[in-house]
Amino acid sequence: MRKKLKVLLVDDEQEFVETLADRLQMRDLEASTAHNGEEALSVVKGEEPDVIVLDLKMPGIDGIEVLRRVKKAYPKVEVIILTGHGSEKDEEEARSLGAFDYVKKPADLDTLVSQIKNAFKQKLKKLERLSMAVTFAEAGEFDTAREMMKGEKEKGD
Amino acid sequence: MVTDSPDNSIVAPGNRDIGRGVFHSRYRRLWWYSVSFTAFVSLTPLVIMTFVNFYQYEKTLTAETIYPISQLASNSRQFMEGFLEERRAALAYIANRESYEDLCDPEKLNRVFLNMEQSFGGFVDLGVVDSDGNQCSYVGRFELEGKSYKEQDWFQEVCIKGVYVSDVFMGHRNFPHFVIAVRKDDGEKRGFYILRATIDTEVLDRYISSLDLRPSSDAFLINHEGILQTRSRYNGKAMDQCPIGTLPFASKAEVLEMTDKEGEPRIVGYAYIGQSPFIFVVLKRPKYVMGSWLRLRSDIFWLLGISVVLIMAVILWSCTYLVNRIREADYSRGKALYHMQYTNKMASIGRLAAGVAHEINNPLAIINENAGLLKDLISIKDEPPESDRLLKIADTVLKSVGRCSKITHRLLGFAKRMDPLTEHVAVGPLLEEVLSFQGKEAEYRSITISLDIPEDFPAIESDRGQLQQVFLNLLSNAFSAVDDGGRIDISLTQEDQRTVAVTIRDDGRGIPEEYIGAIFEPFFSTKGEYGTGLGLSITFGIVERLGGSISVQSKVGEGASFTVRLPVIRRS
Repeated sequence: MRKKLKVLLVDDEQEFVETLADRLQMRDLEASTAHNGEEALSVVKGEEPDVIVLDLKMPGIDGIEVLRRVKKAYPKVEVIILTGHGSEKDEEEARSLGAFDYVKKPADLDTLVSQIKNAFKQKLKKLERLSMAVTFAEAGEFDTAREMMKGEKEKGD
Repeated sequence: MVTDSPDNSIVAPGNRDIGRGVFHSRYRRLWWYSVSFTAFVSLTPLVIMTFVNFYQYEKTLTAETIYPISQLASNSRQFMEGFLEERRAALAYIANRESYEDLCDPEKLNRVFLNMEQSFGGFVDLGVVDSDGNQCSYVGRFELEGKSYKEQDWFQEVCIKGVYVSDVFMGHRNFPHFVIAVRKDDGEKRGFYILRATIDTEVLDRYISSLDLRPSSDAFLINHEGILQTRSRYNGKAMDQCPIGTLPFASKAEVLEMTDKEGEPRIVGYAYIGQSPFIFVVLKRPKYVMGSWLRLRSDIFWLLGISVVLIMAVILWSCTYLVNRIREADYSRGKALYHMQYTNKMASIGRLAAGVAHEINNPLAIINENAGLLKDLISIKDEPPESDRLLKIADTVLKSVGRCSKITHRLLGFAKRMDPLTEHVAVGPLLEEVLSFQGKEAEYRSITISLDIPEDFPAIESDRGQLQQVFLNLLSNAFSAVDDGGRIDISLTQEDQRTVAVTIRDDGRGIPEEYIGAIFEPFFSTKGEYGTGLGLSITFGIVERLGGSISVQSKVGEGASFTVRLPVIRRS
């Protein structure tokens, strides 16, 4: 059984986020929701998603902080920012913290879905490189291993 | 000139105000004041000094030219008086020495005459006149023997005064002469007799020549009627009427300035010669006497004139230049102020627009998703979804539309009230309205807001749009100052009968003491490159224009409290 793409949607606008989740489910994605930063982090802790779709403006911990913590603790998770508020500054900051993409609300669903899939592909690629690096290291090819890891690090940060 | 008219529409500097140079009325006035004042201050001392010097110098010089003339006249008088006295004394001596009989003897008289002629010189004749006025003896060139002088003035004068000196007359061979007569008392028998001699004026002429006057000067004797008694260089020959007119009597030498018949100025020194009808006169032409003074005077005035012209030129040029610079500076400042206010207005509009756009995005996103969901349901299941679901979706959409419309209506309401008006403004509702714009941010950042507005608070007379700007700015600052989870308190109080006060207090980072005085200044900002520094200065300006005042209290770390006081009745 092929595993479904696991997406976590984080947004405080409940009506929006629930509807979005429904629509993603209808497109064969496994979507769960969280309504604020803390809730999001606890969900991630429980079951690590493949991709997080994250709003920036939320009560409590804001999106940027969530992004930072997720990237630190769960580096394999890809994050797409989906916000109605952001500025260029926010986009820059998000990208520098490792966001895969930055999308403005209201967003076209198909575009969003394809971005989610791309993010997932990127995640797989990263994992591949990681395992190859491990193989090289085990084979004693430390330089090559380091190269792969370096590339990984650059991409990941 | 930029004027912020009371209705707060920003007036751009009028183009007609520029480019007219100094001639705009306000600047013309400034120009006139500065030119007049500077000219007065710099020229007055100069002119005063020049004239003081001028008059001092003139006085000194005049005194120094007058003095020698006076001396000359005085000395000449002394000489003349001495001369006449000598001659009189000679006659008196002869009268004392010789007896009347001897004097009447022509031969003896002749001898006396010759002696006198030899010793003194200048005697032309000598005669004796008895107390009846008859010439009883005579030595000399005229035929005077037997002549009677009884009726004549001179005879009467000498009878009374004892001595007589006559005017000069043209005598023998047309030379000028004058007569000295002396009375000799002779006791009971004859009473008295008169010894009379005629004298040549040659001595006097020689004396005058010896004065060695400048070629332009003249000296001579005149009688009391102004008739020349000696010859003169320029003023006529002997017996002519002297052109200088009569000279007032003075017991010592006098110096006068007068103009002659050609209008030329003359300095006249004269002295009445006592015991005679003569007046010694010396005439000098001021041009030559005071030649150097006149040169100096014209130099002084030329110098003064050129200095005045130069100084005025410099004053005019520099005042014009400076006033022009001031005008340009004012214009630039006006432009800058206008630009600043415009920028600020645009900035706040921009912020507002951004805020509104963000707020609308969420409802729009909801509508987007729900419409998309509708499409999904229809396309995926290939049959219309259940009515319940449909209705729910429709409801959600409508609810979101409602949210949007609230936001747009609020914006419209705000925009409408940007028009400047004086109207009754209920401050409480106004504050609530302004607060609503910040509502979301407060929620996101967990900032507690308390609004303390008394019930039935009276409306005030003011400009709603401007008040909105003021409170929007202050609130925005408060939000910037507090940390997440902080607190902002807004209160409205009636301070006294004529004033209401709105206080916005936050518990943010506070304002350092050294900045408190400066925060209302333009371009003062602690936000680094993000702050324009204009908000508070413009707010300050608006409040002032509304007739109110704004004050701040703050301590670092303890937050800040801004109080805006407004009059209940608007006064400008």
